[in-house]
This record gives sequence, C-alpha cells and structure tokens, in this order.
Amino acid sequence: MEAKEIYGKLEGKFAGKVSGFQGDVMDPNLRVDPQAVVEVCRYLRDEPDLKFEILSDLTGLDLPKENKIQVVYHIYSYSHRHQIVLKVDLPRENPQLSTMEGVWKVANWLEREAFDLFGIVFEGHTDLRRILLPEDWVGHPLRKDYVEQEEYDGISTQRAPLVEKLLR
Amino acid sequence: MQAFVDQLIQEGYFQGLPKEIIYLGAMLLAALVVLSFFVAPLAGITSWLERRVWARMQSRVGPNRVGPQGILQWLADGIKNLLKEDIIPSAADKWLFVLAPYIVFVGFLATFVVIPFGSQLIVADLNIGIFYLLAVTSLVVVGILMAGWASNNKWSLLGGMRSAAQIVSYEIPAGLAVLTIIFVAGTMSMQGIIKAQGWAPWDWFLFYNPFTFVAFFLYFTAALAEGNRTPFDIPEAESELVAGYVTEYSGMRFLFFFFAEWGNLYVIGAIATTLFLGGWQVPPVTDNPVLIGVLQFMVFFLKAYFWVFVAMWVRGTLPRVRVDQLMSACWKYLVPLSFVSLLGTAAWMVLYPKGNRLASFGMFLMGVAILLLFFKRVNYQIRHSRPEIYWKPYI
Amino acid sequence: MSDPVHAESEAFHTEDMTISMGPQHPSTHGVLRFIVKTDGEVMREAIPDVGYLHRSIEKIGEKVTWHGYVPYTDRADYLAAMFTNQAFCMAAEKLAGVEVARRGEFCRVIACELNRIASHLIAVGSFGQDIGAVTPFIHALRERETINNLMEEICGARLTYNYIRIGGVGYDITPETCGRISEFLDHFELIVDEYNRLLSYNKIFIERLAKIAVITREDAFQYNIVGPNLRASGVKWDIRRDIPYSVYPELEFDIPVGTGEKGTLGDCYDRYIVRIREMQESCRILHQCLKMLPKGPAIAKVARKFKPPAGEIYVRVEAPRGDMGFYVVSDGSEYAYRVRIRTGSFTAMSLINKISRGLMVADLIALIASLDVDAPEIDR
Repeated sequence: MEAKEIYGKLEGKFAGKVSGFQGDVMDPNLRVDPQAVVEVCRYLRDEPDLKFEILSDLTGLDLPKENKIQVVYHIYSYSHRHQIVLKVDLPRENPQLSTMEGVWKVANWLEREAFDLFGIVFEGHTDLRRILLPEDWVGHPLRKDYVEQEEYDGISTQRAPLVEKLLR
Repeated sequence: MQAFVDQLIQEGYFQGLPKEIIYLGAMLLAALVVLSFFVAPLAGITSWLERRVWARMQSRVGPNRVGPQGILQWLADGIKNLLKEDIIPSAADKWLFVLAPYIVFVGFLATFVVIPFGSQLIVADLNIGIFYLLAVTSLVVVGILMAGWASNNKWSLLGGMRSAAQIVSYEIPAGLAVLTIIFVAGTMSMQGIIKAQGWAPWDWFLFYNPFTFVAFFLYFTAALAEGNRTPFDIPEAESELVAGYVTEYSGMRFLFFFFAEWGNLYVIGAIATTLFLGGWQVPPVTDNPVLIGVLQFMVFFLKAYFWVFVAMWVRGTLPRVRVDQLMSACWKYLVPLSFVSLLGTAAWMVLYPKGNRLASFGMFLMGVAILLLFFKRVNYQIRHSRPEIYWKPYI
Repeated sequence: MSDPVHAESEAFHTEDMTISMGPQHPSTHGVLRFIVKTDGEVMREAIPDVGYLHRSIEKIGEKVTWHGYVPYTDRADYLAAMFTNQAFCMAAEKLAGVEVARRGEFCRVIACELNRIASHLIAVGSFGQDIGAVTPFIHALRERETINNLMEEICGARLTYNYIRIGGVGYDITPETCGRISEFLDHFELIVDEYNRLLSYNKIFIERLAKIAVITREDAFQYNIVGPNLRASGVKWDIRRDIPYSVYPELEFDIPVGTGEKGTLGDCYDRYIVRIREMQESCRILHQCLKMLPKGPAIAKVARKFKPPAGEIYVRVEAPRGDMGFYVVSDGSEYAYRVRIRTGSFTAMSLINKISRGLMVADLIALIASLDVDAPEIDR
C-alpha cells in the first residue's frame, strides 16, 4: 500500500490528530498528536489492510532549533511490505508520552533507552529506568545541550590538561 | 603384603620391636612408596596426557615446552601452585574449607590399597576388596559438599549439591554392575576375581555372557559420572557455574581436587580392568618370578590406562548433559538396566553353573566384530576429513 | 486443602536464590549481566542488565565527519563489522544520491558474505562450547582463521575492517584473492559436513536443545526478533530477499527456515541449525559473486568533504544477528545530525526475561547462546 493511502486511511479515522504528511521524501512520514499516538498505532497494527506487526524502531530526535524533541516510530508490515514513519513532537522541557508497550512489547526496552538517552518520560511504562547508563548517572547524553558531569563516583571525567599530565 | 612383612620378621630383621610398630612402619612406608612413586606421577602424567590428547583433538598442540614433549608440565604446575598465595575467603567456614580437599583426596587415595598391580603386588588383599573400594570412593561426596558449602558462595553451593546428587545417584548402577561380577566370580576379593578369569580374551568376564557385557558399559558410564567427567561434568561446568564447587579455591587446594579427579580416572580404569578385562593375567611365557611380575604390571597398567584414554576421548567429543537429564538417565534407564543384567547373570549361572565356553567365545567374536565396525567407521571419518588450509600470512 | 502433599508443600518454606551471572562469566557473549532468581535449579526470572559496553557510538556520529564515522560503525558489532559499515554507507549514499560503483557492490557482497560465515562460525562454535562440547569451538575458530587471513588480504584488518566506504569499497579485490576465496569455499563446504557429523546430530546436543525456549511467531513479532532467530520460528523473512539492496536481486540463494525437525518449531535447535544452513547458503552466494565480478573501479567518486543534503533515511541490512537498521538524519553539514543504530541483539535481549520463566539455569545459557546476542550490538 502506498504511503499516501495509509495517510488517507488514518486521516479518515483520526481526523485532526494526524497531520504533516511528507510523501515525497525517501521515508514518508507523518506527525501524530501525543495524546492519540497509542490509539493510532493500535489501529495501524490491527487493521487488516494495514497490519503493521512490527515496531522496527523507537527513537528520539533532538531539535533544539525548533525547541522540541521528536519521538520517531518506524513501523513495518511483513504481510503487506510497507513502512510508515510516525513522528510525535514533544516540548523540550518536560517531554512526556504514553507508553507503546501495550501495542508492541518490544517498546519496553526501546522506551527505556529513549528515556535513558533523551529524558523522555513514558507514562504507564512498567519499568522505566536507565538501561545503558548506570542508575545514578546525571543527564541525558543524546540531547544537543548535554554537558558531561564533572565527576562520577569520585573519578573525574575531564581529561587533565597536558601540562598537568606531563608533570605527573 | 602382610605375608611379606611376616616373612621379614621371621628372618630376624627388626629384632625386639613389637609387632604393631613393625606393621605400622610397614604400612606407612608402603603408603609413602605408593603415593610418591606411583600416584603422584600417575596423576601428573594423566593431566599432561589429557591436555595433549584434548589439544590434538582440537587441532592444537598442547603443552610441549617443559621437559621433553612437555612431560614435566605437571611438575611445573604443581610447583607454581605451591608457591601461590593461600587465599581463604573471609566469610568462608575456615576449617571446612581447608579440610574439604583433603577428604576428597583421602577418598581417592584409599582405593590404592586394594588395586592389584600384579599377582604379588598388592598392598592388602582384603577379602571384601571391591566392596571396600565402593565404600571408600563415596567419601568424595562428603568432601565436595564441604567444599561447596564452606565457600560461602551461591555458585559453589549449587555446584556442590549437584555433584553430590550426581555421585550418590550413580553409585547405584555402578554398584549393581559390580555385583553382577561378584556373582560370577564368587568372591569380593580383587585377586580372587582376577584369578577367576583367564588370560585369553574369551576368558574375561567381559565376554562371559551378554549380561556382563552390558554391565561393563553400565559400569563405565556410571564411573564416568562418579568421577565428574564429561559428559557428566556439570559440577565443574566451566561455562555455567564459573568453576562449580572449586570456585573459591586457589593454589594447591585447587589442584588437589583435580589431582583426585585425574587419579580417579586411573582407579576407574583399574577397577574396570580387574572386574571385566582379566586384570594382570598374562599367558604363561616364563618362569622367572621377577619377569612375570613386571609383565603382569605392564599388562595391568596398559589395560587400565587404555580406559583413561577413552575417558579423555569422550571428554573431547561429547557435550554436557543437563542436570535433570543426568538424573533421569540414571534412575530411569541405568538402574533398571543394571537390575536386568544382574538378574540375567543370576539366571545364566543357574542354567550354566560352570559357565558356557561356547557362549563366551561367541561373545568374544561379537566383540571383535564391533571393534572392526568401529575401525571401519574411523577409516571413513579419516578419509572424509579435511586437512587444514594454511596459507602463509600476507606480510 | 485436604491433600497431604499440598499441605506439606505449603508448610515447607523455601527461599528463592538471587544469583548474579555477572559481567565476567565465561559464557555470556561479551559483557552481559543477568540477575537470576532461581528456586533451586528452576528459574523464576532472569533480568538482563546491560550497558557495560556502552561507548556512545550514536553520540560520536554527531561529532565526526561522514567519512570519518565509518571506522566507528565497525565497533558497533565487531563480529559483523562489514554489515554496519555497509548500512551506514548505504544511508549516506542514499541521502546524497551517490551511485555506487558496480564492482564495488560485488566486492561488498563478497566481503559481507565472508563476514557472515565468520560470524556464524563464532555463533555455532561458542554455542557448542556453552553446551559443553569444547572441540567444535576450536574447529570453528580454525576455519575462521582462514577467513581472517582472507580479510587481511582484502583490506588489511582481521576484525574491524573499515573496508566498505561511501561510494564503494576501500580496496579492490585482486584475482589472486578471488582464487584463494574459491579454494577456501571448496574446503569449507566439506568442513560444514564434518561439523554436522561432530555436533549437529549428536544425541546429547539435541536433547539439550530440542523443545527448549520456544519463541513462537507471535512473540517474535511482538518483540521484533529478527534474523536467524526469526527464521527459526518459521517466518521466511530475509531483508536480502524482501527489501532487497545492493546486488542481491541478481543472486540466487535460498532462505533456510526452521522446521522444528528435532523438537518444537522455534526452539534452540532450530536457531542453531538455521545458522549452519545459512553458512552453506553464503557459500553459494560467494560462488556466484566470484563468477559475476565485473571490471571497473571499486569506488565511485565522492567528495572529500561529504555533505549530503538535509533529510533522513532508515536503511536495513541483513546482518548475521538480524536486521540492522540505521536511521540517519542529516542537516546538510559535514557532520551527521543523528545516527541511530538499531540492532537485532537489543530486542532479542528484551525477550529473555519472558522466555526464561520456568527454564533451568543451564537452559538460560543455551537460550542466550542460541539467540546469538552480542554485547557490542546491545550497548553500542
């Protein structure tokens, strides 16, 4: 099925909650409202024409110039062989979104990673804690304005200036 | 050996000393001789041989630096471990921790009292020889449980308990297979069992009747399991429990467990030879007692060591079974089979009280046929195996 | 409850043991940690704890130029480095509209399929070792040595290749090397038979693996299991056939699918045997590529300061551990804006907690080994 038709179906069912379809790029994508994204995905998964069984990827994209964090969902269908990209815009200060765990279980770990690296809080998630970084790490590294903490567990994270190293 | 010491007392050595002291001295001397001149080098050479055999099976070389062809590797390992720091975990139960390797070692070493190396070369020909062996080899269970518990480490505990369950369960098929032979031989003394066999292969108990043939394989499998060897080496399964019950041990204590394991291989081979393969029986070629003694020793040693080699071979080839499969194999398959072989032998002995030479000869021919089939298969594998490609490195 | 057995077991209080199969363990593939709650030998839960090998490769993508990022992608999965290289280069090429040199495409496929064989050799070898058969592991490594030597001839490195560049490949494959590759392939196809005789049809091995840790088709879709793990559950899905890229449409190969021959469909044995068959299929692909290798330059002309126009793309490649997705966002500068690597091992790890309920500890080892997870892929 073509991306335009998918968008057409979605617009028909969730009028007003989906927008911003870009069909002429390599990966057609569309914007979804943060409140409606779970129902949109459930519809995409269950509707027989669309049947998107697989959540290929769930990741974040930090756009400080437009002052938003985007959560990008790549979903794919094995039976119909089509792909669609959903994007959800969230404010940078306090990004919150409901969890996709009920729709695709793989979202459990992918959302933990998005929380770990971007700081996006997923409501309703069963086990939202850091996955790649240690539990007591401060900050969310993949944000563009991330500054590394001065020291972790008593060890400095900054590289010593050259002169000090030579003197040591 | 008691006869020998009595003879020496008669001839007037050790005048004046009470008999008990002489006996005690003779016992300690014999223990020292056997331990240092036979057991220690044996376990060491077995460890070297295992590493070489294992390596050649994996298309590597194995230790070949220390001494000619690496034969002194075990000495080097032993010295290195003696020089290591003796680490006892602070939360471990100190006395049990220290005592465990020695108990395992005792359980293994005490078996050498009754191993018959030749018709006169046995430390003590107990008339409950084989029974004593089975009893004493169970001591290792106590040692292993102590090691697992005293290490204060969950992995060690798991390994110790698994091992104890394994050894205790496999005592039963082993014991029943041994009992089959005791039926046939009529005596439990090791020398008695060997004397009941002849030097020719068809006189061995292995080919005596089909049931003892089965009993041999039962015994060998159960003994491998008792010795914690692959495919039953769950307690020391490296990839599952780091090192099982020996995780917390280091240095010489660590080596003691493996010393006991390699030596135990020899004991398994020795028991298998005594019971099933005719022991030290040789065809009567000379009359010279010394020469006969040496010949008997060589024959016994080679027969026993062949089974050590087979155990190593099996280790290099087969994967490991899981704990519940191991227990089900023992209780559901080996124990009923061993009962069948026991009753079958008893029935056979009722039918043919003096033994059936024809049946024995028939079994021997069947054994030869199996061996020929085996070599044919090996030939096929050799013909179809690919040599390695080795290109000179690019640079 | 008048049942005496039940009454007894209610009164008998047992405690669960929490064991940490820690980061240093001979059989977790790389630096992984599992917190295992067991009741004796049977597990209640196995919670994976990852992140010991996190090197923030995704963040590095934003600081390094496009050409300079290719060696970093090697490290995202060092056992299958060619595939990560290829995925990133494909993403960059599609963004910039670069046409890859035809000879370069064939060289890419040759290098990738050799790498697939090497990676699967490690997978099945260490699988055997975790089950206890130590000999097949060394034999597999022996064959992999030959592949490493071939790779060294092609690109100079044995593990992290940095061979596939934007626009083609870094170095050309000489006819000598092609001859050696054919020699190796003739030798290797027979070695796989020998390996099968030693390990694959061994009764103890099959008993250990059949019917253990079954991943059903539904679970595989819900948890996005990809690669040989998905094919072992009966789903005939291979990126090379279904979302084709490079020159795979012109090549002929089969897709081995698990059939539950020795147990249930989707058990550990299926995952193992699918990998063995995939190695044989890779040999077929390599034979065809060596015959079809065209003449020409191995790399297209690409600007030194590579600046693709703004845009984003999601590229998939069939890596040995599954479908590796690269989501690359470019904003027109000489650094990428966002590089996201989505690997098969990460999602496979998320499944372990669910599947391992009720398995024994030894089966957990078999499960991890059969999923062929790889610490650098999980943590990046």
